[in-house]
Amino acid sequence: MLKYTLKRILQAIPLLIIISILTYLIINLAPGDPTAFFINPEKASRLGPDYVANIKHHLGLDQPLHIRYFKWLGNVLRGDFGESFFEQRSVMSILWEALPNTIILSLVAELIALIVAIPAGIICALKRNSIWDYIFSTISFIGMSLPTFWFGLMLILVFSLKLGWLPTAGMRDNFDAFVFTDRLRHIILPAIVLGMGGMAANMRYMRGAMLEVIRQDYIRTARSKGLSEKVVIVKHALRNALIPIVTMFGFSIPALFSGAAITETIFAWPGVGRIAIEAVFSNDYPLVMGNFMIIAVMTVVGSLVADLLYAVVDPRIKYE
Amino acid sequence: MAELKLNNNDAQIELAESAEYSDTIGKKLKIFWRRFRKNKLAVISLFMLIFLYMVAIFAPLIAPYDPDGTADDVMMADMAPSFHSYQSDVTGEMKTYAPNYFGRDELGRDVFSRCVYAGRISLTVGFVSVAIFITIGTVWGCIAGYYGGIVDNIMMRIVDAIMSIPTMPLLITVMALFKPSIYNVMIVLGLTGWTGIARFVRAEFLSLMKRDYVEAARCIGARDRRIIFSHVLPNAVAPIIVAATMGMASAILSESGLSFFGLGVQPPTASWGNMLMNAQELSTMVEAPWKAFYPGMLIFITVLSFNFVGDALRDALDPRLKQ
Repeated sequence: MLKYTLKRILQAIPLLIIISILTYLIINLAPGDPTAFFINPEKASRLGPDYVANIKHHLGLDQPLHIRYFKWLGNVLRGDFGESFFEQRSVMSILWEALPNTIILSLVAELIALIVAIPAGIICALKRNSIWDYIFSTISFIGMSLPTFWFGLMLILVFSLKLGWLPTAGMRDNFDAFVFTDRLRHIILPAIVLGMGGMAANMRYMRGAMLEVIRQDYIRTARSKGLSEKVVIVKHALRNALIPIVTMFGFSIPALFSGAAITETIFAWPGVGRIAIEAVFSNDYPLVMGNFMIIAVMTVVGSLVADLLYAVVDPRIKYE
Repeated sequence: MAELKLNNNDAQIELAESAEYSDTIGKKLKIFWRRFRKNKLAVISLFMLIFLYMVAIFAPLIAPYDPDGTADDVMMADMAPSFHSYQSDVTGEMKTYAPNYFGRDELGRDVFSRCVYAGRISLTVGFVSVAIFITIGTVWGCIAGYYGGIVDNIMMRIVDAIMSIPTMPLLITVMALFKPSIYNVMIVLGLTGWTGIARFVRAEFLSLMKRDYVEAARCIGARDRRIIFSHVLPNAVAPIIVAATMGMASAILSESGLSFFGLGVQPPTASWGNMLMNAQELSTMVEAPWKAFYPGMLIFITVLSFNFVGDALRDALDPRLKQ
């Protein structure tokens, strides 16, 4: 187990290096000049090219690309993503503040998705080709096909604007104290919107896994021992069928963050997804790069943890 | 008893099908259609897609208004949907107006006509970007799967890396850095969407490369290119077609998401996504919900149809893949 864990961690390192190179190249090779923000056009015309060159030198942009990359990487490894262009503080502190909000939203979304997907998937598999199977399968297709932003807007329109049941945006109304119901009211809509895709995918996986498991010999054995159907399904089948769901969780992390960017923007949720979008729109390059790296690291760590968990829950997996 | 009979019948059909394995394309299509037909939702979806493409092709004949033409009078802005033609003398003389099935937007443009023309844009963007990413993904997967070893290792780590970057922030960043335009949307969606296809084409290659007939081809001295294109790739065509269909769904969703943020297709050209852009303000949502409802509904129906058809294609083209 220890060997396997170490091997997986070692495999994650080249992955992170490639991600950092890709991130750096995308931002730095794109047309558009990061210095534009720092250059005062009036000064530039008065002082000439020396002024611009001076600013570039000051920002370290006069050095070749690979040197800049290694400098950036060195800082990143020390946890320093630089200063945000717009908010006068470090990228790390901005992200550190927003990350818990995104994690809470993602976890609640995933929870909602699983609460619906697991029972629905089981019903679909046990009553294969029944009316329930068709209904839930259709629902999962609908979940896959809904445009996130439009679905969010429609929910706001119905539940916030027309019915007035839930707030339209933000994370809380009460800024002085933590009020559970206040937080709950704010998280429901964004979590449903964000969880929709995961629910659809998990339902399909759950159905597939359950169908696979109930065909196995040990299920027949359990039945022939005279165990009740409930025990057979819950104790013998479900436990094994849940294994792929665990791995799915690792893979769903990029999708969650991707969805979070849209969901958080629509619901004005103060998380990393919204910061990513805002940073992109305001050309805040250090913030964009920092955001990318943090999300990518979380993704790689997430799939690593899912892989290890997979090995824990499924003893059939050999650690080589 | 009835069920048993049915199963028996199915088994016979399957047997017959396998016997027909070497038959002509026409017969294969017939078998394919018989399997596809079983999925009623997919058949409905297929006709839906044909209908949507027809509407897009014949847009000028269907749209009652010029999609970019603003209304004759400010009073007509944000007009509610109506199914009757009406008369008005805002221009000074009495004029008959065609019905505004989906209402009018803030500039008094007919939402229905815009939706019809936007279909052209959204469907084309989907098609072109899928064509790009299928090509890249297939070639990437072929090379990695065929050569294996260190080549495979490096190529697949790059795929893993791209897959760990969440799509939407990546797309938004790239689109914001390059100039947003319809062509850039196609290129960027094409350049970012290929990783999944590369992965399974590689997997398909790895398993097919172990087959005897590939070994045989190698023994008689066939060149790499011949083995890849004549012997292995044709066997991977079915899943590629399925991925392309599902890819249309995701490409249309991504395009609409980008356009929604103002980073995709640029106004005044209408796409289903950018028609939703102005609907973001909550006041518009309450006063003129039709502006947001119809374009979003069309995205949803199109994407749903592609997903249903893709799913049925998977079952029909390759029964092995059926869950």
